[in-house]
Amino acid sequence: MFGLHYRLERKAIGLTLGIILVASIGGLVEIAPLFTIHQTVEDAPDMRVYTPLELAGRNIYIREGCYACHSQMIRTLRDEVERYGPYSLAVESKYDHPMLWGSKRTGPDLARIGGKYSDEWHVAHLNNPRDVLPVSVMPAYSWLLRTTLRTDDLNAHLKAQRAVGVPYTDDMIANANKDAYGQAAPDSPYADGVTQRYGKATNVRVFDGKPGELTEMDALVAYLQVLGHLTDAAHKTVADVAR
Amino acid sequence: MIGQLTKAERQYALLILLGLALCGLIFGIAGKDDPLGIHGALIGVAALAGIFKVISVYYDPEPGDERLTRYYDDPTKFGIVLAMIWAVFGLFIGDWVAWLLVKPDFTFNAGWASFGRLRPVHTTSVLFGFGGNALIATSYYVLQRTSRARLPDQLSPWFVLLGYNLFCVLAVTGYMMGITQSKEYAEPEWYADIWLLVVWVVYFAIYLRTLARRKEPHIYVANWYYMAFILVIAILHIVNNLAVPVSFGSAKSYSLFSGVQDAMTEWWYGHNAVAFFLTAGFLGMMYYFVPVRAGRPIYSYRMSIISFWGITFFYMWAGSHHLHYTALPQWVQTLGMTFSLMLLIPSWASAANALLTLNGAWDKVRDDATLRFMMVAAVFYGITTFEGSFLAIRSVNSLSHYTDWTVGHVHAGALGWVAMITFGSIYTIVPWLWKRDRMYSPRLVEVHFWFALAGAVVYVFAMWNSGIIQGLMWRTYNESGTLAYSFVDSLIAMHPYYIARAIGGLLFLIGGIVGAYNIWMTIKTESKILPQSAVDAPEPALGGEAVLQPGE
Repeated sequence: MFGLHYRLERKAIGLTLGIILVASIGGLVEIAPLFTIHQTVEDAPDMRVYTPLELAGRNIYIREGCYACHSQMIRTLRDEVERYGPYSLAVESKYDHPMLWGSKRTGPDLARIGGKYSDEWHVAHLNNPRDVLPVSVMPAYSWLLRTTLRTDDLNAHLKAQRAVGVPYTDDMIANANKDAYGQAAPDSPYADGVTQRYGKATNVRVFDGKPGELTEMDALVAYLQVLGHLTDAAHKTVADVAR
Repeated sequence: MIGQLTKAERQYALLILLGLALCGLIFGIAGKDDPLGIHGALIGVAALAGIFKVISVYYDPEPGDERLTRYYDDPTKFGIVLAMIWAVFGLFIGDWVAWLLVKPDFTFNAGWASFGRLRPVHTTSVLFGFGGNALIATSYYVLQRTSRARLPDQLSPWFVLLGYNLFCVLAVTGYMMGITQSKEYAEPEWYADIWLLVVWVVYFAIYLRTLARRKEPHIYVANWYYMAFILVIAILHIVNNLAVPVSFGSAKSYSLFSGVQDAMTEWWYGHNAVAFFLTAGFLGMMYYFVPVRAGRPIYSYRMSIISFWGITFFYMWAGSHHLHYTALPQWVQTLGMTFSLMLLIPSWASAANALLTLNGAWDKVRDDATLRFMMVAAVFYGITTFEGSFLAIRSVNSLSHYTDWTVGHVHAGALGWVAMITFGSIYTIVPWLWKRDRMYSPRLVEVHFWFALAGAVVYVFAMWNSGIIQGLMWRTYNESGTLAYSFVDSLIAMHPYYIARAIGGLLFLIGGIVGAYNIWMTIKTESKILPQSAVDAPEPALGGEAVLQPGE
């Protein structure tokens, strides 16, 4: 064996090919089957895609690096389920390009934060976390409330999402920026289109407390309020799913 | 420094820079309503600065053929200086964000200064800015000496070094503007990723072209590691960064994979960025600089073979231990845990090989802070790899995951292993490169050593404590069978450890500043210049290449 190596290490190309071959095996065995084995991702027929406003909010979450301190992955451990809710299923992040499972909980997990607090709480908390929780170490995001949300390119975002496999329809893409506006303006003529395209359960309301203005705060709160509510698959028992 | 370029190389350089300026212009126009436009302008300005620099030396006399009788070390020199600049910057940002967790309002009420955006600035600056520049610089040096061949040309090493730094600057400025893919340690967006790929291909080509002209029949073990580092990082980089941009004028892209597949790909990448950037590359450094500094041959050639192929094979399976108890199928988790445990064998073989190489030179370890840096690095490497295998066990991971224990583990590796082996190597190489008989102040090397060691130990102990306390508080039940502590309770318990961690980081930063000053003074102080030796062998007293070649 060492004799063989004695010869191999005299060949730069041999060494190169050897490294590529040996290093490729692990990834091929562990990653490729995740695309082919059907049970990897559960079926959830009720799973819906993010609305344009929620997607914009998700992009703000990414932009600000929220994932550095908040996970979105509840593990299959008793204390986590009791603290945060039912453990996360693979299907729940099926449309997450990229996933935001996170790796660190400087703050709590957010996989099921949606609906747990009021919009007013989120706005106050994001504006200055220490107003609602004096010991918090989270940065204040006060500019979100002052910054108008950019919506003119949302149809391009939805198109790119469709290109990577999220089932946005032509209708959704064409109406992306109207839907973004309508979701935060329940009295506007655009509000009905949102529930038509994304389902009756979609949150349509003024998220940031400032009617008539579409701010980045609207988008981020709309996103946080939908976390854990894209499907109720995680709340069903094993028996339900089997039936 | 680029005066060594021949006429033809100066012309090629201008051509490349013009192409780059054009790219900058296109991005600047296409992305004028987007942060991408600012990056286009930045690329354009960088290219223009390069054009002016090349034009300023364009009509200088061409270098003579006598340059070919010496190794080409100008890019290495520049790379070492860049590495130290990134080190001080990256450590400063790291300590700054550590204080943000103590005093969260130090953000000037601005997005760019908040924890979430600055955290990747820290990680990219230290890992890729400091670590990457040190790897590129030392790899040029080691490759030439162990092959007894000059770099193939004088332009491509500069292209790789400066192109790589452009990538790092795009990355860091991007995060502050909110441009990020959110994939940890792979945050830069699509255009920066494509640029890095181009740079990386040229980098490996330099390796192959130099090796093709080598006068040593065997490729020295340090080069195996450097080659594995370049090759595997390329594979990981390509697969993990597959994405579709929103438009040509937008910095934003959406990753090709989603959910569980994306998570597995990301941690396959993430863990092997640790393996092939922070381990393989720096083991390459270790296999050259420990023996030359100690004046001892590598302890065991066979151990180095076993550890090399063990690391190359096992590491690529280990990434899934980042996803224990998650929605990732359990069979993948189990494979990850199993291979993480097996990894201990090649890891400890490497650490032992380094430490046993010091046998017969322990008196030097006592007297020479530079060698002591490398010895401590090998010890930290051994400790960290043991801890890594331990944390990969599913039941241990259930406690440690999501807590500061992981942060402590990473810093044991990054501060204790990566930074220490780099500082040891830099202190070895700087007097040789600038033809000095020693560092400006050996005393300051000693000072740096103790600051670095104290800082690393304080940091790691603080995070071990906070991590384990956090993990235990989250899972503690009271007598009535309900959770005993709220999340906020655990946050309050972290406060003293966050202060201790920030102090540890500060000590390490002070050491880094002392080191940068010492290196700068060594370069500036010209009183002790050694005569240029005819063969440009680094240290003839070490017995030339015979010491470095693995035994039969």
